[in-house]
Amino acid sequence: MMMNGLLSQWRSPRGIVCILGLLALAALPFVSAALDSPYYAKLATRIMIYALAAVSLNIILGYGGMVSLGHSMFILIGAYAVTIPTFHGITNGWIQLAIAVICAAGIAALTGAICLRTNGMAFIMITLAFAQMMFFLAVSMKNYGGDDGLTLPERSHFGLFTLTSNGALYGFTFAALLLALFFVYRLVNSPFGMVLRGIKQNERRVRALGHSPFRYQLSAYILSACIASIAGFLLANLTNFASPAYGAWTLSGELIVIIILGGTATVFGPVVGAALFLLLEEALPHLVEAIAPDYKSNWMMILGILIVVMTLILKRGMYGSLSGAAPERAK
Amino acid sequence: MSVLEIKNLVKRFGGLTATDNVTLNIEAGEIHALIGPNGAGKTTLISQIVGEQLPDGGSILFNAEDITHLPVPTRAKKGLARSYQITQLCKEFTALENVMLAVQARRANNFHFFRDAHAEQEIVHAAEYAIAQVGLTPRAHTAVAVLAHGEHRQLELAVALALKPKMLLLDEPLAGMSQGESEEMVALLQNLRGQYPMLLVEHDMDAVFALADRISVLVYGRVIATDTPQAIRDNADVKAAYLGH
Amino acid sequence: MPASLIITQALHGVQLGVLLFLLAAGLTLVFGIMNFVNLAHGALYMMGAYFAAAVFAKTNSFILAVLAGLFGGALLGFVVERVALTRLYARDHLDQVLATFGLILFFNELVRVIWGAGSVFMQVPDALSETVSIFGINYPSYRFAIIGVGLAVAAGLWFLIQKTRVGMLIRAGASNAPMVAALGVNITMLNSLVFALGAGLAGLAGAMAGPILSVQPGMGDNILILTLVVIIVGGLGSIRGALYGALIVGVVDTLGRAFLPMVMRNLFDRNLADAAGPALASMLIYLLMAVVLAIKPQGLFPAQK
Repeated sequence: MMMNGLLSQWRSPRGIVCILGLLALAALPFVSAALDSPYYAKLATRIMIYALAAVSLNIILGYGGMVSLGHSMFILIGAYAVTIPTFHGITNGWIQLAIAVICAAGIAALTGAICLRTNGMAFIMITLAFAQMMFFLAVSMKNYGGDDGLTLPERSHFGLFTLTSNGALYGFTFAALLLALFFVYRLVNSPFGMVLRGIKQNERRVRALGHSPFRYQLSAYILSACIASIAGFLLANLTNFASPAYGAWTLSGELIVIIILGGTATVFGPVVGAALFLLLEEALPHLVEAIAPDYKSNWMMILGILIVVMTLILKRGMYGSLSGAAPERAK
Repeated sequence: MSVLEIKNLVKRFGGLTATDNVTLNIEAGEIHALIGPNGAGKTTLISQIVGEQLPDGGSILFNAEDITHLPVPTRAKKGLARSYQITQLCKEFTALENVMLAVQARRANNFHFFRDAHAEQEIVHAAEYAIAQVGLTPRAHTAVAVLAHGEHRQLELAVALALKPKMLLLDEPLAGMSQGESEEMVALLQNLRGQYPMLLVEHDMDAVFALADRISVLVYGRVIATDTPQAIRDNADVKAAYLGH
Repeated sequence: MPASLIITQALHGVQLGVLLFLLAAGLTLVFGIMNFVNLAHGALYMMGAYFAAAVFAKTNSFILAVLAGLFGGALLGFVVERVALTRLYARDHLDQVLATFGLILFFNELVRVIWGAGSVFMQVPDALSETVSIFGINYPSYRFAIIGVGLAVAAGLWFLIQKTRVGMLIRAGASNAPMVAALGVNITMLNSLVFALGAGLAGLAGAMAGPILSVQPGMGDNILILTLVVIIVGGLGSIRGALYGALIVGVVDTLGRAFLPMVMRNLFDRNLADAAGPALASMLIYLLMAVVLAIKPQGLFPAQK
């Protein structure tokens, strides 16, 4: 019964995009190596990292209905969980990951418990404020680079392998993304996920059934923070660098754009969105240069307008607008 | 011991007294209808019973337990199930999924992240049973957004039933239904008579007189009469205030 | 610690608070009445500063510059609201966040295109470049003038909201917008008016902040978040909350940054104090916000509903 359901989903337009996308990502490093051009592999790694962050945000935003503008905070934590231990001589990836996830969980539990005392607009603003707080905290850590950030002289190693080669990092990132996608896929149809999605659609009704929304929302918030911290861990390894900018609220905004671009309540949408967004960021400067060379560096203006226009026009995002499986299963 | 005891309940909104010293009991097994003109305060009373609003005075006892200030989910867990006058459903979910949420509420622990709720036989079977009780089985896998208004009302009842409640609070379950749909719903509620004590708020007088064991009449926030349907029909005050319309 | 230092910093705090009030007043009204998350408010502040700087450069009249910030901001706000934002009132907060985020990116880049990426210098006007003697210290006249203007605006707003018909409509809209619309009031025009008023105040704040903070791309981003903290602490939709919240945030932030590191050095060992002091000082108002939320989630001076 479940296999039939799975198969019918894979044949839908969304399913096809999903499979093709994953195959492309799997094949890319080999193509890139054959062409002897590491640029695309690095770009793809970056896309996957953003996708991972967006997938994590989608849990609370797309499925949980909680608009958080503070998500970059957890990416920041993940990034510094690599650089600070390395600064002190700990380059073991397992330990760094553990630090990242535990710190993210702890801070998510604390801030989430406070944020979730409010909803709607206040929630958005408070998540933003907490992220800003973490940003200033990072800036004030002069021992760890402060505003300038901290470089990573040596990437994480995991005993049997290290992330030093770009290929290894690519593979590790791809695996992490696959795992996260699988986790979310199971989560959204799980008993927990159903209640969470119910809360987004009609909190009043769900409370009247006897569920207490707070514990579900806080748990989702913590889960999503942990996954985001892993994205931060990967980002620090990719760029060999961590700085307060990784916690800038504009990054949170970009993640939201990515989710919307891809389609909110879908598992694979954030991956599509990340690809579209980062490719757009790559292409726009060249486009602007072709039309108005003097303003090449101002391509963000076009991006800003595009975001406004997209919001006004698109209701369900590019991937979300494709038809998926029958409404009984979320995909 | 009454299932629900409302004692001297008072609720004011600024200068307006929406609930004026209401005393009302619901006995085990009875269908108790609450009628009254528009604006009498029926929905306000219901929302105080379920906990969406808190009274300014008086108390509410459910199975001898004081629930006057308990939060909504706690009261629901104690067995109070409500259906809404303006349907409150999860629109993106299917009918079955809405009922599954209710079934899940009865379980001690919903913090399972990996298993598929749709594959949990316990949840699905209980939900399918409630869906069958209200006659929605052919539409179980249809998204709520696509269902007709009458089907929404049936689903509201199914959701309430799936909670296996100790009491049903039905806020205008026939509102907006066609003649045929109303008759079906009345038949349904007749079938449930005796299984669940019900507080039924309704405007449809045919349904009220067909179903009710007792009727209370609420006018300007006050209960002006509580009696058997026949006695209410003959009550001069009630006629003056309401049945004349 | 000399008293003069404390008084100076306290006055700096009030001055910051007053600037934050100008921003918070408009923003809290937009939140409270139109239920609209406007992240672009900081961009309006920035545009006000640029308008003022441009006019000042051309005319060398500070008065004209300030008026340019005020009316330029109001007009820009009105146009943006009409063109892009009206449609979004009915949409969910997510879409509002997205669209106004896009506007921030747009405006931050726009000023780079027009005025370049560096800071634009705006001079403190000669008339206000001296000091005034107050509370036994010499305090910069310009900053004192900001405090004066801010308090005057607060008084003016109070008069507008409490004593005029428009103000009554705004108050009614803040507590029950659909009712106001049902009574036949042109709610669209009222919304635009409220938005333009807020934008004008933001522009005014930007114009006055110009000479003491640098006029540069992105100057609105940080102050936007400070403003959000003010509104949360004060209470959404409450102008009274905006005023008190702004003063509290302004004073706590300024005094914290000035004195907390020093205090910590007296209490703790030097290394710890030097590491933690500045960090704690920069986080102080967010911790304050967290405490307020833990105790009174609706803010310290919530709007009466």
